[in-house]
Amino acid sequence: MLVAKIFVCLKPNVLDPQGKAVCNSLQQLGYTNVIEARVSKYIELTFDSDNEESIWKETDKICQELLANPNTEHYWFTLENKEESQS
Amino acid sequence: MRVSVITFPGSNCDHDAQEAFAYYGHKSRLIWHKDRDLQNPDLVVLPGGFSYGDYLRCGALARFSPIVEEVMAFAKKGGLILGICNGFQILTECGLLPGTLLRNIGLDFICQHQYIRVEDNNTAFTHQIPEGTVMDIPIAHKEGNYFCSDEILKELQDNHQIVFRYCDKQGNINAEYNPNGSRENIAGICNRTRNILGMMPHPERAATPYVTSNDGGKIFAALEEYFNLN
Repeated sequence: MLVAKIFVCLKPNVLDPQGKAVCNSLQQLGYTNVIEARVSKYIELTFDSDNEESIWKETDKICQELLANPNTEHYWFTLENKEESQS
Repeated sequence: MRVSVITFPGSNCDHDAQEAFAYYGHKSRLIWHKDRDLQNPDLVVLPGGFSYGDYLRCGALARFSPIVEEVMAFAKKGGLILGICNGFQILTECGLLPGTLLRNIGLDFICQHQYIRVEDNNTAFTHQIPEGTVMDIPIAHKEGNYFCSDEILKELQDNHQIVFRYCDKQGNINAEYNPNGSRENIAGICNRTRNILGMMPHPERAATPYVTSNDGGKIFAALEEYFNLN
């Protein structure tokens, strides 16, 4: 089995109010080295297949069709074997 | 007019919309999202609420409801569609309207009376409402911050697709009267063929004498005028 580990992030030119609030909070906590925070989504999909090539294409299509909004978000992902990802 | 209001799991303004249209004498009915028959409407309303719990992104999952295929076909034929709040979010996720509704700039859920200005009356929804008219129509959302690329914004401007903008009581438009950070104070847009309108404010909550503002009724009256002419 393969696991796709997918990150969906706001594009750099899109304002991230959540990230801004997190950054402000961190600075208030004294972490003054933090100058920016961006909040993203992390999604795991488990596939009943070991065919990396086809699962790569399928994951890419899933991201484009549903998981990311191309107007405002970009995405990237890795594929791992289920056993590896649990260790 | 025959009005079909779609109920998605999580819609919570469907009954308000149905009743507001009924108040204006229209035959309005609720259509469950799993149905595949729009029941021959003159207007389809995608109401406000939290379809599918706003999971993943607001409106993202509603587009997979069976009835949305029919809504898409209705849109292609030039049918009138009004998306209010979550309905606007669904329309952008379906690709029927450009852009995206992002989290409000202040992160708060905003529920308040809001002035908006009519920017264009060349739509069925604003027919014969003088451009520049200021209307008091409430907003209630957390993701109403309209965002689009510079290219899309130019298209919206060039094609007069910006229908409503947030403003003050006198109709002034500036950042101070922008409740959620929307680009150019955009509160509502239509598609290029002008048969689909998405707006964050709730006209159905300001359309009867039982509430403090009836300005939303102007949109209902505009639709009726337009429908009677056509």
